[in-house]
Amino acid sequence: MKIGIYGPPNAGKTTLANRILRDWVGDVMGSVSEIPHETRRARLREGVTIEVDGKSVTIDIVDTPGLATKIDFHDFLKYGLSEEEAKRRAKEATEGVIEAIKWLDDLDGVILVMDATEDPFTQVNITIVGNIEARNLPLIIVANKIDLPNASPARIKAAFPQHTVVPISALKGLNIDTLYRCIAEKFG
Amino acid sequence: MEGVQLNLISKEKLEKMSSMEKLRMILDEVKSGTIVVLESGLTPEEEAKLIELTMLEIDHENFVGIEVETYPQKSSGFLSRLFGKREGRLTVIGPANKLKTLVKRDDLIKALVRP
Ligand SMILES: Nc1nc2c(ncn2[C@@H]2O[C@H](COP(=O)(O)OP(=O)(O)O)[C@@H](O)[C@H]2O)c(=O)[nH]1
Ligand SMILES: [Mg+2]
Repeated sequence: MKIGIYGPPNAGKTTLANRILRDWVGDVMGSVSEIPHETRRARLREGVTIEVDGKSVTIDIVDTPGLATKIDFHDFLKYGLSEEEAKRRAKEATEGVIEAIKWLDDLDGVILVMDATEDPFTQVNITIVGNIEARNLPLIIVANKIDLPNASPARIKAAFPQHTVVPISALKGLNIDTLYRCIAEKFG
Repeated sequence: MEGVQLNLISKEKLEKMSSMEKLRMILDEVKSGTIVVLESGLTPEEEAKLIELTMLEIDHENFVGIEVETYPQKSSGFLSRLFGKREGRLTVIGPANKLKTLVKRDDLIKALVRP
């Protein structure tokens, strides 16, 4: 089973991938940053075995670059990047988006990570969900960042009522066991 | 007269076009500053392809991407999954530096157009 971790930039995809790897194989996937588009190449970690209640599932995890419909290098300048660095980051980010979309054709399931403090009705979320439904892939929606006071996983559940939504904090590890149980059920 | 051009494309016209024709037309119009309204929208696969093409054409100077406004697909019923090609819904696409989403819900979208 190849499982892709998808979502908009900064939703916490790599933070989640790192937590899964740390919990089950004692490894990390990649670097995490508050600056959007930190992950600009997809990363694959094969053979991660997750065991819950005697049920075990072995998955290959693909951490993908965040999907976006626009990438403006000016948005990176406020994080202290030089114009040259910002432009290079923007160019690599556009390539990362294309790579993430291409990966969709090679997956057996998707974990879609959304930031629960943000509006879930974005074009990126709608496009990802639409493509997963069109390909009939099993999907888990993760409502991430529930450690933050303004998080609203209920808003995500209301937006995508036909799908399983699991509220977690990838950073703090809140409710992560529920996610593992769900992974074992959906992808097992 | 100064202003922002708006192209409203009918369902009939869209149905006569191939996917690539549609996406090429949308990107060419949007890159020239026009806002495109599609009566019947795009399929999820076309939406993904549009994002891919957009990424290829971002030049970090004049064109920084697109903003897309559309409603989510209604959860597909058993019959439509068996028989139906799913129909896209009303969709508005514009250059990211001109069109900005204000509020987006499953039944209402508010957007701002900058001249
Ligand atoms: N408060 C909070 N912050 C998080 C959580 N998960 C990720 N973040 C932060 O969100 C930012 C983006 O995380 P990252 O994993 O790089 O996001 P990605 O772009 O989706 O891979 C970083 O500053 C993370 O520390 C979470 O559960 N709670
Ligand atoms: Mg990342």
